[in-house]
Amino acid sequence: MSDHQQPKERRERFSTISDLEIDPLYGPADVAGLDYTRDLGDPGQYPYTRGIHPTMYRSRLWTMRQFAGFGSAEDSNRRFHYLLEHGTTGLSVAFDMPTLMGYDSDHARSLGEVGREGVAVDTVEDVKVLFAGVPLDRVTTSMTINAPANVLLAMYVVAAEEAGFRRGDLGGTTQTDMLKEFIAQKEWIVPPAPSMRFIQDMLVFGTRELPRWNVISISGYHIREAGATASQELAFTLADGIAYVQAGIEAGMDVDAFAPRLSFFFDCHNDFFEEIAKFRAARRMWARIMRERFGAKEPRSWWLRFHTQTAGVSLTAQQPMSNVVRVAVQALAAVLGGTQSLHTNSMDETYALPTEEAVRVALRTQQIIAHESGVVNTPDPLGGAYFVEALTDRMEAEAGAYIKKIDELGGMVRAVELGFPQREIAEASFRFQQAVERKEKVIVGVNEFVVPEEAPISTLRIDPEVERSQIARVRRVRAERDEGRAGRALDALKRAVESKDNTMYPIVEAVRARVSLGEICDVYRAVYGEYREPAII
Amino acid sequence: MDGARIRIVMAKPGLDGHDRGAKVVARALRDAGFEVIYTGLHQTPEMVVTAAVQEDADAVGLSILSGAHMTLFPRVVQLLREKGAGDVVVFGGGIIPEEDVAPLKAAGVAEVFTPGTSLETIVRWVRDHVRPRGVRA
Repeated sequence: MSDHQQPKERRERFSTISDLEIDPLYGPADVAGLDYTRDLGDPGQYPYTRGIHPTMYRSRLWTMRQFAGFGSAEDSNRRFHYLLEHGTTGLSVAFDMPTLMGYDSDHARSLGEVGREGVAVDTVEDVKVLFAGVPLDRVTTSMTINAPANVLLAMYVVAAEEAGFRRGDLGGTTQTDMLKEFIAQKEWIVPPAPSMRFIQDMLVFGTRELPRWNVISISGYHIREAGATASQELAFTLADGIAYVQAGIEAGMDVDAFAPRLSFFFDCHNDFFEEIAKFRAARRMWARIMRERFGAKEPRSWWLRFHTQTAGVSLTAQQPMSNVVRVAVQALAAVLGGTQSLHTNSMDETYALPTEEAVRVALRTQQIIAHESGVVNTPDPLGGAYFVEALTDRMEAEAGAYIKKIDELGGMVRAVELGFPQREIAEASFRFQQAVERKEKVIVGVNEFVVPEEAPISTLRIDPEVERSQIARVRRVRAERDEGRAGRALDALKRAVESKDNTMYPIVEAVRARVSLGEICDVYRAVYGEYREPAII
Repeated sequence: MDGARIRIVMAKPGLDGHDRGAKVVARALRDAGFEVIYTGLHQTPEMVVTAAVQEDADAVGLSILSGAHMTLFPRVVQLLREKGAGDVVVFGGGIIPEEDVAPLKAAGVAEVFTPGTSLETIVRWVRDHVRPRGVRA
């Protein structure tokens, strides 16, 4: 204690948004155990805490990838061209709910949902319209699709080939992360075990046929958005990654044959240093997992490459212009954390999908960070800061304890079946909401600095006509196709699903024969049954 | 407490899987002394109404984040009326633009809670507006 009287602090306890308590001050004692070579390494050196590339953004900026998709394939295609004209460098497709659940637009369960939260896709004809005029050998495409990821990947390949591109030249990502669906996002078709089998088939197909394709994007985003803390997001995401690597090895592949094409997707929330620490810990942990646990020999297998999206859940409906500032803070943390690509949310997304004006501000936010802020001039500028290093260690310790627990339960597939991560997240989310109600956590404009009446902002409306015309289109494609070929393709697919054969090849043939997404997923449902979640509150 | 007898079915109609809000609200209502039955995800309006009738619910809370509320909320109200359960109070929340609130209320949805609503507000509203069926609110 010093002789001076310490000024009284504003609060009794300071903590991150994830409720990690923060000490009054950090100093040399907090990093005394840190060994530079062992724990940090220069950027581009194992364990990559400081970044996977030696020069980071001095060589290449992150990919500015804005997630988009709504209404019909024509509507979304127009938005893609708009984004490409304004300097976006990769596409990212959002699909509507029926597509995510493997239903065609004319299915009874699709009522009212067609084209609402993303683009409606029923057959390869929709995918051809979606990417019309896009140079698919140069622009990379990320598709947020999971349960029917194998169908969408097949559709992308067939659409590209029919447009004259070669499959080997296609670059992009399918999300394909079913474990996080069962944990958090909750769009599924069949139960966890058969879902893992489809993923194995995709990994093998991707490794053979699509050298530039990231078959799985191991995603913490939805886990965080569902209410997880930062360390839970980190832990559950890496534990999911471990399960996929095991699945690839069990499919008979050498770990270094497929691990370099695994990529990650994280959330970036408001708590600036906690997020930066999370990204740094993630790289270090994954490098060690791949090298020590799985014996990977290729440095590229040790790299944790990741996409980031700013936290949708942090946006407020109240005083929506303030969201521009939240997104800027989050985007800055993602860049200081060394992200490979970034989506910045738009200010109006608590109301609806964003308008073009709102999307442009979000993209400009990234461009200002890239070209005006100067933070890109040197890799990991916060490396060595007492607080950042101490917090990075804490993220690793907390997440490591969770991973150990999941290993003890028998791995992530089993943990999901037991509802373990689901319960942890529900608990954390309820605790956070209570802290907000008590004003222990302040949300500007929501529980403090409230204004009574606000002028409504203009939002994007989806024309209900989209549903009608999409239904007409899928029925027309079914009516005009060679029914014999479609039927044979479906039979071949069913035989492959029932056997141990790789399902990707018959899916590609079915897609080429204009079999619809819903028809293909009906085969999955017939063979494996539909997943029903035990309702946990 | 008088809330103890009130039964609420919390449901997620439609295909979206965003159940954070539904679960937090379900838990807050339960902690406030109501009986809460959570249906789980991906319910059709028919499934929600069947659950409400079977559980003898006094109220149904709906949560949608996919934009399908204009189709699905009124459908639940209509089906409840068809089953002779038109006095079950229907309330909802989610990503719902302000301009949709008035048409939803006109269609028979008693209250719509938009993003940022506090749990306390929802609990208080249920306490003030939901009575055991057959008892006038």
